[in-house]
Amino acid sequence: MTIKQLSVFLENKTGRINEVVRTLGANEINMHAFSMAESTDFGILRLIVSDVDKAVEVLRSHDFAVMSTDVVCLSCDNVPGALAVILEYLAQEQIFIEYMYAFAQNDRANVVIKPNDLKHCVEVLQAHQCDVLTKEKL
Amino acid sequence: MIWNPSKECMHREQLRELQGKRLQKLVAYVYHNVSFYRHKMQAMDLMPDDIRSIDDIVKLPFTTKQDLRDNYPYGLMAAPNSEVVRVHASSGTTGNPTIVGYTRKDLAIWSEVMSRCLSAYGVTREDTFSVSYGYGLFTGGLGAHYGVENLGATVIPASTGNTEKHVRLIRDLKITGIACTPSYALYLAETVDKMGIDKKDLSLRIGAFGAEPWTEHMRKEIQERLGLKAYNLYGLSEIMGPGVSCECEAQNGSHIHEDHFYPEIIDPVTLETLPAGQQGELVFTTLTKEGMPLLRYRTKDLTSLMPGICSCGRTSVRMTPIMGRSDDMLIIRGINVFPSQVESVILSMKEFEPRYMLVVDRINNLDTLQVQVEVRRDYFSDDMGTMLNLKKALSDKLKSVLSISADVKLMEPNSIQRSQGKSQRVIDKRVLI
Repeated sequence: MTIKQLSVFLENKTGRINEVVRTLGANEINMHAFSMAESTDFGILRLIVSDVDKAVEVLRSHDFAVMSTDVVCLSCDNVPGALAVILEYLAQEQIFIEYMYAFAQNDRANVVIKPNDLKHCVEVLQAHQCDVLTKEKL
Repeated sequence: MIWNPSKECMHREQLRELQGKRLQKLVAYVYHNVSFYRHKMQAMDLMPDDIRSIDDIVKLPFTTKQDLRDNYPYGLMAAPNSEVVRVHASSGTTGNPTIVGYTRKDLAIWSEVMSRCLSAYGVTREDTFSVSYGYGLFTGGLGAHYGVENLGATVIPASTGNTEKHVRLIRDLKITGIACTPSYALYLAETVDKMGIDKKDLSLRIGAFGAEPWTEHMRKEIQERLGLKAYNLYGLSEIMGPGVSCECEAQNGSHIHEDHFYPEIIDPVTLETLPAGQQGELVFTTLTKEGMPLLRYRTKDLTSLMPGICSCGRTSVRMTPIMGRSDDMLIIRGINVFPSQVESVILSMKEFEPRYMLVVDRINNLDTLQVQVEVRRDYFSDDMGTMLNLKKALSDKLKSVLSISADVKLMEPNSIQRSQGKSQRVIDKRVLI
């Protein structure tokens, strides 16, 4: 029930993100979501893409440092308080969120979560009938 | 194998006598043929007859790179043009290039000392040896080339560039030995990986690396990645080119071919000769050269000399690995910093590629040192905390080795420029008014 996220190491340099997305585009890889974590001299670009294995291969051949990481992707109603309910389930079970990012469209909102304990996180969410997304449902 | 036991294993007393005789002859030769030296000696009230043994060498004047530039192009040449058969020129990044001329006898001696080096590494007539120093004005390519031919091995004059083709030749021609800069050896290893070739498919067994300082860590890395044994090859154009000294199988210092190149270690500031074992600037006198002989040439390379008979049987004095150059030394916030110190720290951490760039600047009247280093692909982490810890670990280690703090900048793989010749590792942006 987890999804493979693509992570790319980037120097803080103008045009570097363009090169990643251009390379993915040229290889027919679609991006569903992404987020950028930054420090003073480098950043980590995290993406959910249509074909992670291909993306890793393509970016490596262009000399990027890349890796794939397992994350949980869930869908909830796009209404006030919906996410708060879900995060409360996780907090009660002592699941720590290392990072997360989200986007909402129409009546649904999608959330990507990197928890400290992936397996436990999925179990908790399923136990509460949350809509955990699989690769096929993306 | 020892190529020339009668010279390389000569009794020390006999060697000193030979060196003394050769020095007397050399001093008379330059006094009568090079006005630069005649004027210098006259100013010091020194006549050729004042030189009676090798111990008198300390009376002679020094020669510097600046002297070579000031006497550009042929001012220091002792042999007439009719006797000179080849000229090399060193890269003149600032000012005039340095011109060196060789007579036929000089070239024969050069091939001889290069053959001594190759034999010390274990190269035989059965080997196929690729010379991947640049061919041309630089002495590296042709110097090593004629040494391999003189020894009787098969030489592949690969030069630099076209690395993928070179890798294919190494595999297909079953090349067993290679001479190049250590940084090019690493570039070669990277290309081998990139082409998906297993080092087991290569027959390389011996590497002769020189023309830039390198460290034990770098040696291990090259050996591991190319599956060969890596030996140091030292030389400089002004004295001859590659072949001035070399490691033997004991790999405990590099043997100097001191029947041709007489070494001294001096204090670079006071210019006083230092006793054996002490570290200082290496100085050479070319005892047998005809084309452009030099008295007490200051190499700027910092090392020390190790007397004593080596376990390989050679009696020639050895030099320790070059720890830096007296002119490469950076003074940052009043502290002496050598790029080789930074290199040894980086190479001791498996998370980084053996490539780095030092950027020195002066911001608000304070010197700053930035160390740019590439993170190895396999050690990249999606976790920001891990990456920041990695950065901190390197910066802590640098601080303990250098005694000044350095700003570490993590770079993407393959973002620091690769060199095919001598690598540029320092950018000094300081403008001193």
